[in-house]
Amino acid sequence: MISEISLLYQEVIIDHSKRPRNFRVLEGADRKAEGYNPLCGDRLVLFLKMDGDRIAEIAFQGSGCAISTASASIMTAELKGKTVKEAKEIFEKFHQMVTGTPNGDWEMRLGKLAAFSGVSQFPVRVKCASLCWHTLKAALEEKKETVSTE
Amino acid sequence: MTTTMTPEVVVGVRSHLDVEKIRRDFPALHQKVYGKPLVYLDNAATSQKPQAVIDAITRFFTIENSNIHRGVHYLSEQATRAYEEARVKVKEFINAREAREVIFCRSTTEGVNLVAQSFARRLVKPGDEILITAMEHHSNIVPWQILCEQTGAVLRVAPINDAGELLLPEFEKLLNPKTRLVSVAHISNALGTINPVEQIIETAHRRKIPVVIDGAQAAPHLKIDVQQLDCDFYLFSGHKMFGPTGIGVAYGKAHLLEAMPPYQGGGDMILSVTLEKTTYNVIPHKFEAGTPNIAGTIGLGATIDYLAGIGMENIAAYEQELLEYGTEKLSSIPGLRLIGTAKKKASILSFVMDGIHPHDIGTILDREGIAVRTGHHCAQPVMQRFGVPATVRASLAFYNTKEEIDALVAGLLEAGKVFG
Repeated sequence: MISEISLLYQEVIIDHSKRPRNFRVLEGADRKAEGYNPLCGDRLVLFLKMDGDRIAEIAFQGSGCAISTASASIMTAELKGKTVKEAKEIFEKFHQMVTGTPNGDWEMRLGKLAAFSGVSQFPVRVKCASLCWHTLKAALEEKKETVSTE
Repeated sequence: MTTTMTPEVVVGVRSHLDVEKIRRDFPALHQKVYGKPLVYLDNAATSQKPQAVIDAITRFFTIENSNIHRGVHYLSEQATRAYEEARVKVKEFINAREAREVIFCRSTTEGVNLVAQSFARRLVKPGDEILITAMEHHSNIVPWQILCEQTGAVLRVAPINDAGELLLPEFEKLLNPKTRLVSVAHISNALGTINPVEQIIETAHRRKIPVVIDGAQAAPHLKIDVQQLDCDFYLFSGHKMFGPTGIGVAYGKAHLLEAMPPYQGGGDMILSVTLEKTTYNVIPHKFEAGTPNIAGTIGLGATIDYLAGIGMENIAAYEQELLEYGTEKLSSIPGLRLIGTAKKKASILSFVMDGIHPHDIGTILDREGIAVRTGHHCAQPVMQRFGVPATVRASLAFYNTKEEIDALVAGLLEAGKVFG
């Protein structure tokens, strides 16, 4: 039997948590937002470079658990080149997936992000997986204050 | 300065606890979590409750339930008697001079706030100093920061070393004519360090500085003797010492409590009220405004009876055995670093592991049925001091066993494999 732990910590998640992609300060970023989870101390800064309505470049820095680091890493990899509208739609699907909201077609549309489907079995970890997404939303909406998932 | 060892911690003395029998007293310990037997190692957050305490609370609500200090009827008399008996039990538990020195409040946190607002606030002027240590829980930091904002006083912090021990000479250097109050944890919740509170109190008292002790983590582990310590205030919570939540104790020396204004206004804390003037009740009632947590107080009394039947010295000796065993076993895990390695420690094991975030360890242990705390333990400055965002904390009680420590070690090795 496959354990819930191995469904949560899938290979791709372990890989991205150990070697996060796009993990750097983005020079010339025109959007930036900070995310902080005071309960676990996870922190991240998200940088965006926009090309009109499109995310031309995206990077992040910070420290956190495997889930939050991998989530930010995979999110940046998946969102490069997407429009704001597309990014928000993906977030919506992602959020439904990690909170366990029934939603038939997410796997088809989320690509690598589907690796986080196991999170729905771990309600206290939903905030780890979604911290970067809330931070993205703040960056896209150009909110200045630190975003928290608490 | 005295160099006496705290007598309640007798390292090396083998204990005589019948742990299997004790475990039968705690119904919550006998359940499965995710199909695995529960291994409850989060006692510093809150402890499990013995059946005797659960029964006392049930009995109160089933039979005695009534308000106290006001009814002439039978039930009210019964409830008042049980409530005041609990006060006497607490007095004996901490060896206070008098029962009226025992104030019932909500928690250690409320106790610190009570002392800050009713005692310290009248004492401090702009530029005066409050001294705490670098290992305090937020509840022994924030109430003082609020006081400083209100009064213009300054919060000073005595440093700790890499083992998590208070640097006594540095502490002493920080005491000066502007120091109005010292407030320190008896035992650090994040590190397990047992502070040399007798020396701290003696050193401060030589300069006529009153001392507040946050005893939240000490009450479940050590024999407390407020007269021997000579502390001015001693604060602790029921729920961390196997009693109910929502009940705590603020001990204060009678002459200090008498001179203090009330903390909150309301019923029960007054002798007479006219619309022009109110005469406050005597201590302890002056500090117990409104209907108190009667059931919780009676439950705390039952807790103290239960602990007295086992003996705090026996508990401390057994827990030292567990701590030694746990320290040795955890230290043998590759990449594991204990945070908090003081020579005098209570049974708290805080640690980090290379390449695995504490939060991920907590989740993996949870699915093995093992409950630990992960995070900053409401002690963010301690985390900053050790340069870690968080730790895993296994905090042991006298109902824990070496087998449970073995289960923890197995769980940690499993976590290592997941991230291997």
